[in-house]
Amino acid sequence: MKTAVIVFPGSNRDRDMFHALELITGSRPQSVWHGEATLPDVDLVVVPGGFSYGDYLRSGAIAARSPILKDLVAKAGQGVTVLGVCNGFQILTEAGLLPGALMRNAGLTFVCKEILLETVTDATRFSRSFKKGQVWRCPVAHHDGNYFADADTLQALEDNGQVVFRYANGTNPNGSVNDIAGIMNAGGNVLGMMPHPENLVEPLNGGTDGRLLFESLVAAA
Amino acid sequence: MKARVIVTLKNGVLDPQGKAIEGALGGLGFDGVGAVRQGKVFDVELDGSDATAAKARLEQMCEKLLANTVIENYAIEIG
Repeated sequence: MKTAVIVFPGSNRDRDMFHALELITGSRPQSVWHGEATLPDVDLVVVPGGFSYGDYLRSGAIAARSPILKDLVAKAGQGVTVLGVCNGFQILTEAGLLPGALMRNAGLTFVCKEILLETVTDATRFSRSFKKGQVWRCPVAHHDGNYFADADTLQALEDNGQVVFRYANGTNPNGSVNDIAGIMNAGGNVLGMMPHPENLVEPLNGGTDGRLLFESLVAAA
Repeated sequence: MKARVIVTLKNGVLDPQGKAIEGALGGLGFDGVGAVRQGKVFDVELDGSDATAAKARLEQMCEKLLANTVIENYAIEIG
């Protein structure tokens, strides 16, 4: 499977993502600078975590207007798989590829800890290697992860099976509505999530729960 | 020409920062403070003197960047 990771000024989880992708797909991802006009021909594009543009204006707002995003929106429209993690999720919502917005955590503090996720559905290319309802460990590290969408949008997300991951067992760290941790678009090819599956992929990380997400993508490719 | 854009959270959108400020004001002894909502102000300098055209451009700027209309409203003041 061929992959690419977009790097912005202020990205800081890009190397973690390179490592996880190389470990699990067996080939080195391509690094794409945000100022480039076109993405390479790959099966998966990842928008990594960090603090693109210092979170100026709103988290992800400036990055969502950078040159490479035009091609990302076009590629997503053609069905290319796109994964946004943490700041990547914020960028995808700001770019309009995913509905809703990520607001300041309800507790106002930056949260950096391990939470539990429930895989709500295994009928997606991002979650097919999980069991439906499976609860797994995953780290979070963010200040603006409080997912919000208006009532109609939320209802549509729930009804269409677009809520893929939820914070489980009372571990919602940020006040997200409906305990939402990760959603996908209606087309099923774009997923955004606040937790960091790339940081739990080998025993040295303290666990391998996050591998299943990447193994799902490899299986789907 | 100078313009001011004011961006505020929509009604019904939780504002934990506003809540914290509200609590801090109470802690300082300011009684009778109702809900506090935090927003943003942008002062923008524009070429030209056509206020109508300026307002139209500022609206586009708000829609495309200055506000996230999923969660925020904006107001534009010219001059």
